[in-house]
Amino acid sequence: MALLEIKDLTLRFGGLCAVNALSLEIEEGSIRSLIGPNGAGKTCVFNCLTGFYKPSDGEMLFQGQSLVNKKPHIITYMGMARTFQNLRLFKGMSVLENVMSGMHCRTSAAFLTTTLRTKGQREEEKHIREVSEECLDFVGIHDKKHFIASNLPYGDQRKVEWARALATQPKMLLLDEPAAGLNKDEKSRLIELMHRIRDEREVTIFLIEHDMGLVMKISEKIFVIDYGVKIAEGTAQEVRDNPKVVEAYLGKEEEEETA
Amino acid sequence: MAETNKKTKLKNPFEGIIDKLFIMFENKIYLYGFFAELVIFLVIFPNTSSRFTQEIMTNLFFYVVVCLGLNIIVGYAGLLHLGYAAFFAVGAYTTGILSSRMGMDFWLTIPFSIVAAVIAGLAIGFPTLRLRGDYLAIVTLGFGEITRLTIRNLDVTGGAIGLIGIQRPEFFGITLNQISHFYYMFFILAIIAIIVSHRLENSRMGRAWEYIREDEDAAAAMGINVVTSRLYAFVIGSSFGAVAGSFFAAKMTAISPDSFMFIHSVMFLMAVVLGGMGKIPGVVLGSILVVLIPEVARGIGPYRLLIFGFLLLIIMLYRPQGIWPEKPTISTDE
Repeated sequence: MALLEIKDLTLRFGGLCAVNALSLEIEEGSIRSLIGPNGAGKTCVFNCLTGFYKPSDGEMLFQGQSLVNKKPHIITYMGMARTFQNLRLFKGMSVLENVMSGMHCRTSAAFLTTTLRTKGQREEEKHIREVSEECLDFVGIHDKKHFIASNLPYGDQRKVEWARALATQPKMLLLDEPAAGLNKDEKSRLIELMHRIRDEREVTIFLIEHDMGLVMKISEKIFVIDYGVKIAEGTAQEVRDNPKVVEAYLGKEEEEETA
Repeated sequence: MAETNKKTKLKNPFEGIIDKLFIMFENKIYLYGFFAELVIFLVIFPNTSSRFTQEIMTNLFFYVVVCLGLNIIVGYAGLLHLGYAAFFAVGAYTTGILSSRMGMDFWLTIPFSIVAAVIAGLAIGFPTLRLRGDYLAIVTLGFGEITRLTIRNLDVTGGAIGLIGIQRPEFFGITLNQISHFYYMFFILAIIAIIVSHRLENSRMGRAWEYIREDEDAAAAMGINVVTSRLYAFVIGSSFGAVAGSFFAAKMTAISPDSFMFIHSVMFLMAVVLGGMGKIPGVVLGSILVVLIPEVARGIGPYRLLIFGFLLLIIMLYRPQGIWPEKPTISTDE
């Protein structure tokens, strides 16, 4: 069974149909990309999956459980983590504290144990710290753990976001344009990191990306959407040769002539 | 100090001193030594001072407790609360009614007062915490006034006259009726409030509040239940206020609706904002200023409140983020 199954997902804003009867399946342990021209509704799909938008229609099954009408924090708890298109770090807090946020849904200390500082609570705090440091180490910025997040260079801030998402101990990671704003060197390291996340941590990856070179290199299978409708699906080669995809990106020749 | 002030007008006069203190207190021995000396000084203080000064100091400790409670709501969770005196009233009246009408022992009334505050906190918080910013401020403002007017018009609360004959608490056979007794009581309460605040701040819960304050959506995406976390802050903060209210009732033995006016909510909020929201030393400093400035300025008679207001205005103009500075942070430049 697929890890994530989307059936006829539809999202309407008034008269605008941002996502239209989209269906796709993602198998466990795979890397999949979602591409499409600007405004095609890619981020809307992510926002539906993570509970930020309520889909107008359709079904989303994650590990066989429905994601419809679930709050974002529940979906994270179920094992789906995400990063944001524009970095959404906790800017005034340290890198380590940022990553520790991911452990929140995996821990439980409440008021009484905290005020009494019980043994369990102290051990839990230690555990949160250890897991977070391990995640920072994994993405390779452990040495910057005490820096304030907003003081880091852009590429490192991206890494903090991945570490934070990994700290939620996800089954599946949704990456919204992970390569945006990165240079060539950083991009090749990103590809390596994604493979490591998949292989070492057994996390399925679903990403939105504009950088076609990166998408073609990394994903075994690509979904293409335009105006909220899935227009193609397949390997990099298949998608590249699909006339509908070329049309969506470059426009139709006849139409341009008549216009 | 004077020189740096001249050079940069906006410079906080406390900054130089406090920065040095930060560096000095990096060494934990100095920090604990300082605390130990402060505690010893405050413990022997009543033996060397007049009843009047003790009264002011007791009031100061009381402010520290209440403001640390409000700080959990305003400072940690970032929810603007303009009716905090209502929670303080809930605590005071719970103790007042149980003690004066039913003759219940003071210490037994405290759990009831906490329960009452939790219920009040949930009742106001549950429907409103989905609101953002200003709307919540208006609702809490309304709640504060509704509570006061309800108290004023109910029979059980003694109406406008209030409650009299609230029993003095007993502590190991000693009836607490001297000002020095209450001095120590509120002193201990303030220390407990500081410890609890400190532990909350550096915990999973405290961090959750900070995440939500920084970026609500990102916090939700990291698996934090925004509404529940806020509700927790609201209820815990309210409980602080209610406990302080209970002790207030025991100290005064008589309470009336006039003790819980809007101006009191404003004074509490002012102490929190003045010192620095979300920072425990800042809140303590704010409480000191709000309690002590009007007392120190008592000598100048009728103009003292005018001067008080003027001073607050200046502090807020030059230090909108509060007097207490941010912790020194590491940046990539270093």
